[in-house]
Amino acid sequence: MKISEQDIKTVASLSRLRIPEEEKDDVLFQLNKILTYVENLQTLDTSNIEPTTYALPMQNVFRADEVKPSLDRELALSNAPLKEDGYFKVPRVLEQA
Amino acid sequence: MALYNKTAHELHDLLQTKKISAAELTADIFSRIDEVEDKIGAYLTLTRDKATDTAKLVDEKISRGEKIAPLEGIPCAIKDNICTKGIRTTCASKILENFIPPYDATAYAKLAAQNSIIVGKLNLDEFAMGGSTENSGFHTTHNPHDLERVPGGSSGGSAAAVAGGEAVFTLGSDTGGSIRQPASFCGVVGFKPTYGRVSRYGLVAFASSLDQIGPLTRDVTDCALVLNAICGLDEMDSTSTAAPVPDFTKSLVADVKGLKIGLPKEYFVKGIDAEVETAIRNVAKKFESLGAEIIELSLPHTDYAISTYYLIAPAEAATNLERYDGVSYGARVDGADVVEMMTNTRTEKFGAEVKRRIMIGNYALSAGYYDAYYLKALKVRTLIQKDFTDAFKNVDLILTPTTPNAAFKIGEMTSDPLKMYLQDICTVPVNLAGLPGISVPCGVNKNKLPLAFQLIGKALDEETIIKAAFTYEQAL
Repeated sequence: MKISEQDIKTVASLSRLRIPEEEKDDVLFQLNKILTYVENLQTLDTSNIEPTTYALPMQNVFRADEVKPSLDRELALSNAPLKEDGYFKVPRVLEQA
Repeated sequence: MALYNKTAHELHDLLQTKKISAAELTADIFSRIDEVEDKIGAYLTLTRDKATDTAKLVDEKISRGEKIAPLEGIPCAIKDNICTKGIRTTCASKILENFIPPYDATAYAKLAAQNSIIVGKLNLDEFAMGGSTENSGFHTTHNPHDLERVPGGSSGGSAAAVAGGEAVFTLGSDTGGSIRQPASFCGVVGFKPTYGRVSRYGLVAFASSLDQIGPLTRDVTDCALVLNAICGLDEMDSTSTAAPVPDFTKSLVADVKGLKIGLPKEYFVKGIDAEVETAIRNVAKKFESLGAEIIELSLPHTDYAISTYYLIAPAEAATNLERYDGVSYGARVDGADVVEMMTNTRTEKFGAEVKRRIMIGNYALSAGYYDAYYLKALKVRTLIQKDFTDAFKNVDLILTPTTPNAAFKIGEMTSDPLKMYLQDICTVPVNLAGLPGISVPCGVNKNKLPLAFQLIGKALDEETIIKAAFTYEQAL
């Protein structure tokens, strides 16, 4: 087993996901199958190999720090599930004093 | 006159010479959609009114005697992970079911600026994760060649619409084969440009170092026309390339004399269908008879491509999909506090495959596993890329199958995600190396299902691919 039930619980929590009881066995089985398959990478010696994050040469792209028109506030809020007075609204984060 | 199955370049001539009107053409496409969409299910949204308005605009231009652009007045459709201002963009996910983008993706904006007629938004696997459209949060698209089979994916709607006469051309996106594989299954041309050729601005991010927008078309000429329209540097995408964009139609030349085409032996091993292998070997013979030189070669790390891809892509996806938290856009499912609200939203609104990839990605990125999984995959990515760099010292193009088999049946692979991943073996190495690749139809198997070959080119050398693909097409 590459990944235990406890690991899955931790990863789900980090991912802000909940695995329902009835799906647990299948999730465990499928993830283990996939993680076992990818083990074949361990047979390669990569000790002197640099990692590649982008396949083509990349460099920083700079621009002048100028104020330009940006997304209109109303438009930016137009898809919000809940909004109030020009703000996104979420459940209370801080305890009431 | 049935217009819905003509190519863009044929229709352009008919429009410009006033043999047909854009209104007539648009009406013909919509009547075709009304006829077959029940069975195919390529679309998630239709934009009939907008299409009619654009057609009117184009007809006025033509009647004034003005020249129209190559794709002006041509009905097309857009994969639903490409943002279209004011038009619902869902990524085939319940979490974006009602999302109306406040801005346009650059690739779409370029087509719209040319007055291409946007017919609607196309189905896909949720967030482009899958190879069959069976992971769509809304419905499965059916292959127009056999309705019991998948159209491929994730750009399954994009391929099925072109094959089924529901759009003249479409845009798809390709992270590990999502343009080329469905193009192969549906018998159309599909092109994944070099990473950075087309701006990703407004393409909903799946795996940012691999994603690329590209066309699905009826022939290679249309493919060149769409590439002309959508390629180019964009200040809104810092990974888009400043390399000059050639006129790709200049490569529509039937001549492969002296061209060196590599045939990698690792693509003709276990798991490949015998009919596919025969078809590809026949394509090689065809190229040879047309004057190209076929050279057997090796891409030794091909066997590691699936593992590499299925660590890197989920890791990037897990990070990109953090933004679906029920706060600023998308669906929200209430909870007692912020964390519970986010957890409820993501648990209820993401589909099984998306959750699986988020879990794999976060596991591969987590402390203690990062070096063994994610970093290891990045290093093997270097080796896979080097395979191609070495190969391209001796050849101009590489010829492979696009897929190990023809379109499979709906439901055939859904119970085994790993089996589904292994379908991507011929296409994922190309994304990992950032290279351009095309899928071109090459006949049918005994069940009359389309087969296709893939041509892989050097970085930024789309032109040689187009030239070879065009030569093959003209020789048929």
